[in-house]
Amino acid sequence: MTKTIETNNNMIILTAVKDSFLKLNPKEEMRNPVMFVTFICSAITTVFFFRHLYGGVFSLFELLISIWLWFTVLFANFAEALAEGRGKAQAESLKKSRKEVMARLLVNDKETVIPAGKLKKNDVVVCEANDIIPADGEVIEGIASVDESAITGESAPVIRESGGDRSAVTGGTKVISDRVVIRITADPGGNFIDRMIALIEGAKRQRTPNEIALSIVLSGLTIIFLLAVATLKLFADYSGAAAGQDLSSIVTVPVLVSLLVCLIPTTIGGLLSAIGIAGMDRLIRRHVIAKSGRAVEAAGDIDVLLLDKTGTITLGNRMASDFIPAAGVEQKKLAEVAQLSSLSDETPEGRSIVVLAKEKFELRAQSLHSNEATFIPFSASTQMSGVDFHEKDKKVYRSIRKGAVEAIKKDVEARGGSFPSNLEAEARKVSSSGGTPLAVSDDNKVLGIIHLKDIVKGGIKERFRELRKMGIRTVMITGDNPITAAAIAAEAGVDDFIAQATPESKMDRISREQAGGHLVAMTGDGTNDAPALAQADVGVTMNTGTQAAREAGNMVDLESNPTKLIEIVEIGKQLLMTRGALTTFSIANDVAKYFAIIPAMFGMLYAGQNEVRGPLAILNIMQLHSPLSAILSAVIFNAIIIVILIPLALRGVAYHSESARTLLRRNLQIYGLGGLVAPFIGIKLIDILIVWLKVVQ
Amino acid sequence: MRVNDYLQVIIFCLVLIGLTPPLGLYMARVFEGKKTVMSPVMGWLENLLYRLCGINQNEEMDWKIYTKALLYFNLLGFLFLFVLQLAQKILPLNPANLPNVAWDSAFNTAASFMTNTNWQSYAGETTMSYLTQMIGLTVQNFLSAATGITVFLALTRGLISKSKSSLGNFWVDMVRSLIYVLLPLSILLAVILNSQGVVQTLSSYKDATTLQGANQTIPLGPAASQIAIKQLGTNGGGFFNANSAHPFENPTPLANFLEVLAILLIPAALVYSYGVMIGNRKHGWLLFFVMFAIFALGLGLALWSEYSISSATIHEGQEVRLGITNSVLWMTATTCASNGSVNAMYSSLTPLAGGVAMFNIMLGEVVFGGVGSGLYGMLHIVLLTVFLAGLMVGRTPEYLGKKIERKEVQMVILSILLPSAAILIGAGIACVLPVALSSLSSKGPHGLSEILYAFTSASQNNGSAFAGLNANTVFYNVVLGLCMIIGRFGVIIPAMVIAGSLAVKRITPVGSGTFATDNFLFAALLVGVLIIVGVLTFFPALSLGPLVEHLLMLKGRGF
Repeated sequence: MTKTIETNNNMIILTAVKDSFLKLNPKEEMRNPVMFVTFICSAITTVFFFRHLYGGVFSLFELLISIWLWFTVLFANFAEALAEGRGKAQAESLKKSRKEVMARLLVNDKETVIPAGKLKKNDVVVCEANDIIPADGEVIEGIASVDESAITGESAPVIRESGGDRSAVTGGTKVISDRVVIRITADPGGNFIDRMIALIEGAKRQRTPNEIALSIVLSGLTIIFLLAVATLKLFADYSGAAAGQDLSSIVTVPVLVSLLVCLIPTTIGGLLSAIGIAGMDRLIRRHVIAKSGRAVEAAGDIDVLLLDKTGTITLGNRMASDFIPAAGVEQKKLAEVAQLSSLSDETPEGRSIVVLAKEKFELRAQSLHSNEATFIPFSASTQMSGVDFHEKDKKVYRSIRKGAVEAIKKDVEARGGSFPSNLEAEARKVSSSGGTPLAVSDDNKVLGIIHLKDIVKGGIKERFRELRKMGIRTVMITGDNPITAAAIAAEAGVDDFIAQATPESKMDRISREQAGGHLVAMTGDGTNDAPALAQADVGVTMNTGTQAAREAGNMVDLESNPTKLIEIVEIGKQLLMTRGALTTFSIANDVAKYFAIIPAMFGMLYAGQNEVRGPLAILNIMQLHSPLSAILSAVIFNAIIIVILIPLALRGVAYHSESARTLLRRNLQIYGLGGLVAPFIGIKLIDILIVWLKVVQ
Repeated sequence: MRVNDYLQVIIFCLVLIGLTPPLGLYMARVFEGKKTVMSPVMGWLENLLYRLCGINQNEEMDWKIYTKALLYFNLLGFLFLFVLQLAQKILPLNPANLPNVAWDSAFNTAASFMTNTNWQSYAGETTMSYLTQMIGLTVQNFLSAATGITVFLALTRGLISKSKSSLGNFWVDMVRSLIYVLLPLSILLAVILNSQGVVQTLSSYKDATTLQGANQTIPLGPAASQIAIKQLGTNGGGFFNANSAHPFENPTPLANFLEVLAILLIPAALVYSYGVMIGNRKHGWLLFFVMFAIFALGLGLALWSEYSISSATIHEGQEVRLGITNSVLWMTATTCASNGSVNAMYSSLTPLAGGVAMFNIMLGEVVFGGVGSGLYGMLHIVLLTVFLAGLMVGRTPEYLGKKIERKEVQMVILSILLPSAAILIGAGIACVLPVALSSLSSKGPHGLSEILYAFTSASQNNGSAFAGLNANTVFYNVVLGLCMIIGRFGVIIPAMVIAGSLAVKRITPVGSGTFATDNFLFAALLVGVLIIVGVLTFFPALSLGPLVEHLLMLKGRGF
């Protein structure tokens, strides 16, 4: 997906240029009060220019002001169109995957082929290898591997099977092998891919709460400046009369309008919607689909993260880390037997035992023939697995078992042996360190225990430290017993944990945190996570999850990577920060603009008879060439700064995991102080250029 | 400036800062309904008032009920004062036999005293009877100040309440502010002022023969009791036309010191009370020092301007009895604090000092500000600062754990917009309307300053006058009266809506991701936002008034 975007970059810019003109429609502009005022101002100056032209006076100044005011509006439109354009390109590629799929509808065990668009909720369809899944649904029969790269960008196929937590399938993805029967769960147009396209295209974009609040501030400022500029005309009339001077040649409507546009927060006003769209876009680039912009904003406010232990904090599986032999047993012997018991054990734990034995004692894995040995798989009821060696007549002469300590103890005792007490103590030690003890027995003799260990992901501890700096608490959720959980929690550096977690206890924890004023985010995939996902302020569902879970959460992670939650929080924060930074920048800019325009308008006011300048000329600290060049420079700067800041608006301001204090200090320095200083330099440079080009006097 | 001048300023500041914690703590206890030293003295009165007025002390009000009670109460006060002025001729206690007040002046005065503005387009001694001064103006001096406190209390409760809608009880807050805070302090101050020579009598004006043999009428009246609350309640409406420049209002240096101290005393202490009530004294002190810094800055600038420029014309009209330092100190305090009383005529200040006075008021009377009103005004600016800067830390902005969202922001903007609009539109129209211009005594930039000052003073409920402008015309009486009402309730109602909206929100606990409001960075930001909002709104107008006048004066051209 990323690749398509890059190749289409020029296309996107061209389309955005076209769109920025199409957006020059009062109805469209009205949605953004700041830009609407600019729009009206542009129209007014244009009317003045033509009126004077009609009267036989060609005013280059008025023409230039009109053009640059129109540019201001166009630049803002361009920013929005560009942000939308990037999403549209993605939407296009998604739409391709949706075109004209035929569905094999199953009615009373009979297949009929109908267009996918006609499928309704609860219809049942069949999909076999190479079929495109026609709509969102749930596998009710069979198992299949599915290529979901169309939506996730991930080329490795995933398994989808009936029952359990991996039953949801997405319309537009492709079955690679086997056959499944699917019950459709979405009506036409309501499919995941449809919603995703709508979201990316921004068609259904609703302004988020914070965006609305900020718009109110910006509109309020606009009204204040409107009043300040409108009444300035009256004060100027008074002053002109009092000084016996005629100011009508400089205090004109186009000049007042220019002052107004320079003062109202056009920079942030023009970029505001682009910032919001780009925020969503950044999520999509990380393969996360937010169901609403509201959720993205909420992500920035999160201060408690509920994280699943497995897959997020620890690697998915436990690994053998040590062999602890019983008294009188050699460690090598234990390793040998443990390896034997695991040869046919394809679970990651089993494989890790084989590997450890090989690493420690150079024990090569032997191959067992089925005619001399039978593999006993792990079962929930016996809590053991192992291998039986037998004669040709199937008479078992040797049984090797490994499993939970309690289970092996029972088994050995049933065979007339006993479990050494010192080994029980060792087992407890392993448990309390956060590991899992796995006892190994050979017939009725216990040889020792294997220490299975949860491996905490590399770098995760540092990640949690960063989160803590940002004021975010992490809570680990695990099904382990409290002792094991505590040990892993300490190793990973999480702030808290829920051991032996159940859906209820998760839900309970979320409600409790929320009652305490916290905002909680969590990830989940199973149906039993659905209530908690719905309750959490930000619920991120794994794309591999069930349909119910996907409905409950407000974001879907297409890559099903639980660590993504941390990135989501950062994107939310970045979105809010970008808004704040550009607002500060925009308002700080106004100071310089006053220093450009006020002396331009009133530099001659109250000038004595033999004076070339009035007292207010000293406000011209930038030493701008002339009143007209000063005003034009301010207007041009005001327009150009929007274009200059578009990349920043789309990319977002630089974000580091730091405390609020450090973040604020840095952003204030860059955007507050920078906003104060930048226009002084910019306006001066433009003024020099204008004079050099002899554009105005 | 001489050493003596520096000492006076320093002593003033030290006494003010020293009195802030004890009075602030006392008031916080009063407002929280706790026992205080005054409970045994005034408790009976409190209970008697509740019984007399049928007030149920335990009734909890949400923002709508609270606001309704407040508005009706103010309306009643307004109507009473309006009618009283229109009928004073036939009412008792009118020894000077003054006629009824003209309707426009009566409207202006009623609006002015209800809104704690205390702008006076009339001259007290030739317009108002003793009865009007006592049961009309003095009573409103108390009630308008107490109204400010109630709004502040409602807003504070909204900020600390944990997800419930109650903001307390308007009547209880009103009664407690009056009888535990305003009344005792006023009695104390009145007695001391009386001892210094401020008149307090019901006997009629005296006729005297001057040394030249001319006849002179010397106005008297119950002045001390009104002046005490005039200063303490940040009212400022003088008993006599010359206000505290009149020797019967402000006879001695000690009286002057106490009167100027009384201007800032309660507003300053309330900031401390706020810190106590929200359980964050550090934040309270921070707000205090932000206010103090702006106060000190303005004071320094004005003193510098007055003392550094020595030109004969500029000393025209300066107050010589109390001296320049005391005039400027008073000016800075009274314009910061929405008081509006004067002990010198500001029209005679240097342009820059006059500009400081005007800018102090334009900031929205939040530098200490009016009793209660200064603090709730400042809290609006705090919310705006939190909103703008809070975004920059990447979280939905929050203040004291409460999220600042659409509703709050809307109301904050409204409360800034309405008074600004009243100032700009009013002054703009007055600048081009012949009927308004005919009231001017000076032309040129000084005339613009006079008009701008009048509308600023009215719309921000300060009430001080620049003098020079004859405001007792139908135009100014009506328009300025409306400005006062917009400026007062255009801030109170938004404050109440915010209180109601915040009250029901849950409190987010503080963490390291929280935008801190109790460190130096926030203080600097707050000052920045306050000044930038003020400057951006009024810079064009100020540049054509005081600024250009100052620059012209430097060139030796006065107006």
